[in-house]
Amino acid sequence: MIEVIVFAIFAVAAVAGAVTLVASRNSVHSAVGLLVTMFSMAVFYVLNGAHFVAVVQVLIYAGAVMTLFLFVIMLIGVDRSEEREERIPFQRPLVMVLGSGLLVLILLAGRAVWVIRGGRSGVAVGTIEEISDRLFGTWMLPFESTVLLLTIAAVGTVALARYGGRSRHAEFSGGDDDEPEAGD
Amino acid sequence: MEVTGGWYMALGAVLFSIGAAGLLLRRNALVMFMSIELMLNAVNLSFVAAGNELGSLDGQLAVLFVMVVAAAEVTVGLAIIVMVFRRRATASVDELSGMGG
Repeated sequence: MIEVIVFAIFAVAAVAGAVTLVASRNSVHSAVGLLVTMFSMAVFYVLNGAHFVAVVQVLIYAGAVMTLFLFVIMLIGVDRSEEREERIPFQRPLVMVLGSGLLVLILLAGRAVWVIRGGRSGVAVGTIEEISDRLFGTWMLPFESTVLLLTIAAVGTVALARYGGRSRHAEFSGGDDDEPEAGD
Repeated sequence: MEVTGGWYMALGAVLFSIGAAGLLLRRNALVMFMSIELMLNAVNLSFVAAGNELGSLDGQLAVLFVMVVAAAEVTVGLAIIVMVFRRRATASVDELSGMGG
């Protein structure tokens, strides 16, 4: 019974955060909405026995990723208001219809295949020992691949920061832009 | 009344749909990116709930890998957004139609 109450509270919080993310005009409000949703996710992970994943969720998503998002929002400017006029007519009602249709389709498809077993067995508690046993055993090769992926991402980000903004300096120093910009 | 895995998966479906709608609705590249993160989180919730129902840890390991890939994606994607902002002084995807019609 207590699980139902906790689920209800944090489900409402998660959906409210998601709606805030989509509906808010201010980017910072959107980021805070996503933060609320991510904390609620961590609670759901704990309820499902995924303790280590919950810790990682709070550390990586609510901590690192959201800090990065807020940092970039501050860098780009929070006071820029997004213009709301639509270029495609009927875009907003169309999105509502498509989103609702997607939800109905997922729920209909899920009803057929969702594993509803009723009670919890409690055998799959994701402690650090259990997770690391699987991670460094069965999942060793995918784990090594993520190391490669993260290295490539870091190198790519550094390369973007080094060479991506070159034309800006060229514009500021006199305007001989060696890379023609598409579209202008 | 007991909370089964289907409840969590239904909640994941709701959050995924909200994220997809936000991706279609918003113009700001940052908010679109955050909507993608919301969709990834919804899928993670389904993974964990299904893994718990099946009594298996593999769902949680899949979530860990999704998190790693999402972290790499956020790093590169935000760098691209900042670079585009430096060149064009906008983060609106409507303005960035140079490759489109």
